[in-house]
Amino acid sequence: MMTHWPILVVDDEEVMRESLAAWLREDGYTVDTANSGAEAVEKSRATDFAIYFVDLKMPGGIDGIETMMEIRKIHSDASIIIVTAYATVDTAITAMKEGAQEYIVKPCNPEEISLLVGRIIKVKNLQRENSILRKKLTKQYRFHDIISKSPAMLAIFDLVRDVASLRSTVLIQGESGTGKELIARAIHFSGDRTDKPFIGVSCAALAETLLESELFGHEKGSFTGASAQRRGKFEMAHGGTIFLDEIGDISPKLQMDLLRILQERKFYRVGGAEELEVDVRVIAATNVDLERAVREGKFRDDLYYRLNVISIHIPPLRNRREDIPLLADTFIERIAPELGKEVTGITEGALRILMNHDWPGNVRELENAIERAIVTSKTKMITEEDCAFVGAPRVQEAQEWSVPKDMTLEEVENQVITATLKRTRGNISEAAGILGIDRSTLYDRLKKHNLPRS
Amino acid sequence: MNGVTVVALGRIEETVLEAVTTVLGHTFQIPVRTAPALPEPVFAYDQQRGQYGSVLVLRHILKERAEPASKVLGVTEKDLFIPMLSFVLGQAQLSGPAAVISLARLRQEFYGFAADGDLLITRAMKEAVHEIGHTFGLTHCTDNRCPMSLSNTVQHVDIKGTDLCATCATLFEEKRRQYPTSNNRSSAAG
Ligand SMILES: [Zn+2]
Ligand SMILES: [Zn+2]
Repeated sequence: MMTHWPILVVDDEEVMRESLAAWLREDGYTVDTANSGAEAVEKSRATDFAIYFVDLKMPGGIDGIETMMEIRKIHSDASIIIVTAYATVDTAITAMKEGAQEYIVKPCNPEEISLLVGRIIKVKNLQRENSILRKKLTKQYRFHDIISKSPAMLAIFDLVRDVASLRSTVLIQGESGTGKELIARAIHFSGDRTDKPFIGVSCAALAETLLESELFGHEKGSFTGASAQRRGKFEMAHGGTIFLDEIGDISPKLQMDLLRILQERKFYRVGGAEELEVDVRVIAATNVDLERAVREGKFRDDLYYRLNVISIHIPPLRNRREDIPLLADTFIERIAPELGKEVTGITEGALRILMNHDWPGNVRELENAIERAIVTSKTKMITEEDCAFVGAPRVQEAQEWSVPKDMTLEEVENQVITATLKRTRGNISEAAGILGIDRSTLYDRLKKHNLPRS
Repeated sequence: MNGVTVVALGRIEETVLEAVTTVLGHTFQIPVRTAPALPEPVFAYDQQRGQYGSVLVLRHILKERAEPASKVLGVTEKDLFIPMLSFVLGQAQLSGPAAVISLARLRQEFYGFAADGDLLITRAMKEAVHEIGHTFGLTHCTDNRCPMSLSNTVQHVDIKGTDLCATCATLFEEKRRQYPTSNNRSSAAG
């Protein structure tokens, strides 16, 4: 299994190169060597090495840091270990700043390097396994364009299959962003109307008169601007399905017209005298509580019962968090190529952030968040850093952060370090990065506050 | 004849060389012979580190092989290193002809304890099997009782046994079938 992870050793000194390569080969890794930065960059073009050992000082041509930066341009998530013979803090800081995974001062303890390589490979294995596993699951849990493995959603998929070929009206209720139109499409495309039109109309987007003309069409000269006869959406949907989104927002007049069309399948164009008959299946959707709207007299009860023949309630995303990893992978797979980014997965930590968020905007909000994370991502994986904005208090709230009373600067520092380490789950390099100090400084502070090192 | 040549670099106790020769023959079922001792590997000495470069030692002992297809194991008292690491207990060319082990850190004296001849012999046997195992293409084993597991400390060397675990034994058989020794070739011809 290890042989899937090739390692490149970059050093101008032959003995150094060959001996480290031999030592790693004994551990079962496939190892290649390069005697200069230029050769390393060249080789990295052909092979996506799992780990690069790069000597900091290479005379002539490009040095270790430059080599690392060049390799990163090709493989943004490459794990690069900078090797140096001199323990100078400056070069170490530069190396880490430029994105080295680690720097080691040679000679180092054999145990140390075994652990380091083992740790990097373990993470890579996990990431690969997770993404393969999730990709398999995604296929398994795809129903038309909807991804879910939650029992509530699977029950909806069953219902959709059962009612797909009926002509009965369907009322889909769910918070905004839950994918009501996707369910409507799934109903249409699973049934026997699949080769007929699916016409969607958002009832909230238009003023009453415009919506009326949009739905039923109009005759020439029926109102100002009606310069020609126009077919309405009901006519266009003939034989197929019309999807009326945000049905809760329509006026009493339109509620009447809709009731008539549902009862008789007949209507008039605006300004028309000819009664038209259509065979259209109506699927309506809303994010308002229609039952309450009926009780409050805002929505006709007879229309409500006509619409609510088959009722589907889509649960909000926060009630089916198990779908978040599946959805995240699906969105990454689709959006990353659209944005021209090489992002192929998401780290466990980032996923945890997504799963802890309540997603008031549901799947659509998640999709937007993934897009934003992909845009900012600097590696092949979406990281916790890329998802930091999720659920973060808005700027205004952040400005209202007040310093707790009766706290010494020491205590504040202690708390900030503790909280940061908790966030990075004990990762010192990461915590140091967030705090804007180097690792040795962080170690000093840990000692000072008597905090555990991991 | 194909097999392993064991060669001392400088003076090495006869009992150690004997034990190493026996365990290699037993483990890998191949002929093992001892070559006359070579001088201390002064050519590999690194002034700055006060240690001996294992790469240079490996290159040097190659000529001690009985024939090109056979293996050679160097045994030295000197502390070995590679530039990247503070020390190595031994080193081998994976699927190659040469390997070397150092007794320096296998000795109890190195850690300030009283000398223990038997313990030294046992440790040397394990490390010899380990390095020659590498020359037969075996890589590190995850079973820490197997001599092919990587040990960077004597504590770990002491946990290991001298017998290959079932997995490594099977892998060794497969490697040998893939790259038949001259013995196998002649028997196949006959
Ligand atoms: Zn080994
Ligand atoms: Zn084994």
